[in-house]
Amino acid sequence: MTLFHISIFSAAAILFSVLAKGRWRNWLMLAGSVLAIYWVQSVTPIRYLDFWLPTATLALVGVVWALSWAGGDEKPDQRETLITAAVLIGLVLIVGLLRYAGPLCCLTPSRPPQIWIVGIGLTLIAGLVFGVERGLTGKRWAVIGTIIGLLGLLIVLKTEPLTEFASAGIRSLMGQSVEQASAFDIRWLGFSYVAFRLVHVLLDWINGRLPAVSLQEFVIYVVFFPAFTAGPIDRVDRFVRDLRAEYTFTPTDLYEGGQRIVIGILKKFVLADGLALLALSGQNALQVESTGWLWVMLYAYAFRLYLDFSGYTDVAIGVGRLMGITLPENFERPYLKTNLTTFWNSWHMTLAQWFRAYWFNPVSRRMRTAKKWPVWAIILFGQITTMVMIGLWHGVTWNYAIWGAWHGLGLFVHNRWLNVMRARLRKLDERPALKKAYNVLCVVFTFHFVLLGWIWFALPTVDMAGAVFAKLFGM
Amino acid sequence: MADSPSSETTQRPDKGFVIRVILKALGLFVILNVLYILLDPLPMLARVSIYNSIVPGRERLPFGEAPDKAYNLSLYSVEAMFASHEASQPKADDEYRVFLMGDSSVWGYLLEPKDTLSSYLNQMDLIAPDGRSMRFYNLGHPTISQTKDLLLLSYAMDYDPDLIIWLTTLEAAPSSKQLFSPLVQNNPEQVRELIAEYDLNIDPDDPSFVDRTAWDRTIIGERRALADVLRLNLYGIMWASTGIDQIYPDYEPRQEDFEEDYSFYEFEEPLTADDLAFDVIGAGVEMAGDVPVILVNEPIFISMGENSDIRYNFFYPRWAYDDYRALFAEQAEANGWCYLDLWDLVPGTEFTNSAIHLTPTGSDLLAEEIGKSIEDR
Repeated sequence: MTLFHISIFSAAAILFSVLAKGRWRNWLMLAGSVLAIYWVQSVTPIRYLDFWLPTATLALVGVVWALSWAGGDEKPDQRETLITAAVLIGLVLIVGLLRYAGPLCCLTPSRPPQIWIVGIGLTLIAGLVFGVERGLTGKRWAVIGTIIGLLGLLIVLKTEPLTEFASAGIRSLMGQSVEQASAFDIRWLGFSYVAFRLVHVLLDWINGRLPAVSLQEFVIYVVFFPAFTAGPIDRVDRFVRDLRAEYTFTPTDLYEGGQRIVIGILKKFVLADGLALLALSGQNALQVESTGWLWVMLYAYAFRLYLDFSGYTDVAIGVGRLMGITLPENFERPYLKTNLTTFWNSWHMTLAQWFRAYWFNPVSRRMRTAKKWPVWAIILFGQITTMVMIGLWHGVTWNYAIWGAWHGLGLFVHNRWLNVMRARLRKLDERPALKKAYNVLCVVFTFHFVLLGWIWFALPTVDMAGAVFAKLFGM
Repeated sequence: MADSPSSETTQRPDKGFVIRVILKALGLFVILNVLYILLDPLPMLARVSIYNSIVPGRERLPFGEAPDKAYNLSLYSVEAMFASHEASQPKADDEYRVFLMGDSSVWGYLLEPKDTLSSYLNQMDLIAPDGRSMRFYNLGHPTISQTKDLLLLSYAMDYDPDLIIWLTTLEAAPSSKQLFSPLVQNNPEQVRELIAEYDLNIDPDDPSFVDRTAWDRTIIGERRALADVLRLNLYGIMWASTGIDQIYPDYEPRQEDFEEDYSFYEFEEPLTADDLAFDVIGAGVEMAGDVPVILVNEPIFISMGENSDIRYNFFYPRWAYDDYRALFAEQAEANGWCYLDLWDLVPGTEFTNSAIHLTPTGSDLLAEEIGKSIEDR
């Protein structure tokens, strides 16, 4: 998202807060979010893909809703479902028709396909969703299959050779040069977050925890525009609670939402973008001549990453607030935490909570129930696999996997340390000055552990990361 | 229990509060911008620099078309450019300070800092007649206009030079081309002062000048210039840590064969002194005052290819360049300028992508010749 996007989103949110009353609120939110996902989608070298990717997002949302709507006790309102479907189709047609709108063309970064192609695409999507709704709703195997499909798609998009292969396939379908296929051809904006929201919904359906949600509410939840590109990953039940609550726009919303947006813009576009000029990267890592400057660049990277990501989150939360949606926090002063466990309770919190809820907790529970494993092994396995998966969510590369393992191991060691030292650490309560000093030391240590972990995250290859480690420690 | 004053302050803001905050913010914003227009603080802010204190000064003036790769950028604030340069360090007692002025050939396009003219001259460890060590500073800038050189010289004089070596070529000389450099266009006030002070043959109302409106003088209007100054300083860390200030792309070698083309801009044979900006050169010499100036007609590529009997190279038809050399020599003689004509010093193999860009060997050759001339003086 650029500053221009954010300005328009903020202005739209303020306008929305003034205009949106009663039942119009959700319709406006739906229309705004659907149009926004076309608008923020970046251009791709594959013809019309910047139109089809957001359309595919909507198709996936429709399929997942059709599969899981029976999760609730209440039947969805048929009339409202049909109206929502018609509105969605109408919005996509409007985006497509902008091709012919002369100077008003286009909402998408390049011209959308001819309207008859859009019509065929929409007919196929509507047929698919209708077919799923008629034949597969409530079928556990279909839900599991869809989860596997979504995760498979995510893996393809996060694995460069697979994305390149997919690009070649789409290029050949579109009659474009296959030789020029690249992993960067398919930049499906927001898909990482969309996929996790959808998988969360399907898993909650399997576990019987999914509330009844209308198609309209569900679409808004998945593609809610402030959180579409960079999260946070909200829970559907919490989000829908806000959506259904009586909404009265108050000066407090304007003040606090506006303040959050301004802080976010400052963090992202002033501080983070400034630090980006000197932050460690694949380009400069091996160009640096001195160890001291390499440390400076690594610190710059750590703060840039935090300010960039938390800045976007601030903007998302602020815009959401203006529209009456309280999105969950994603960061809570993570670099000031005294240990790695609290760091992960305060860094990209919604992603960490997602993995905790859908992987760490069930796996640990199952291993504990099996009674075959010692506690330390359960913790080790749970932490390492969770963190490696969090790493791979960012991209399927060795470096992200190692970054995940680095944190997994760190969390395990911290857990064991706490186990051994708990009694002694409790005695520190009697000596506040010593406890304060100990806490400061812990903050410094935790921060530097995280800092060194960023080397794996920032650099594209293991060799390069190894060379940077060696240089940092004068080897 | 009654609310304490502190609990009142934590109450949720009401409509009036929000309106007051917005009005105050708007008021402050307007006041700050008006103050900014009145104070015009950019030149002063641009002098605040991390160079020469936290990080070493740059060896050449900032210029870069791919900042994220070259850790360098082009900007229009001459104050910031000089603040980032090593020339703005205080002069040591035993230093004899020599400034090299000129275009991209002096700046060292496609050359690493160690291979530029100034670097080779520094490696010669020349000693001035009074026993001070000669230290050469690269003040070249890769846009081609003698007025641009004059503008930079007007700033360079504040840094106490003992000798100025000004390399130039015909491409920088036509009077009609003096405002082509973006640096000149975007420093209209300073250039107009030079025009007035030295009675230069340049129209002060030329539409090429980029004059700032009142809006352009606000913080919002000058946001790009302010951001450029900030970026230049941040890139200082990258410059210090990598020593990189330029990217070195693969390039097409300078053109060797030409069309049968006699043209040189709008000029017709023969060139006259009025066609060329000798007044700008004279202004430079006058500006230097007691500081000696050596004018150098810099080496050019001399083609042996097709139609090389018509053109020396891509830039110059033979007639125009020959006229220019003759005129330059005449003007130097008439005005008592110290003039070195090194046009054919460097063999054709030692040019890179243009008729004036030298290879390291070419730079070394030029440095030797200039060094010899300095020693002979």
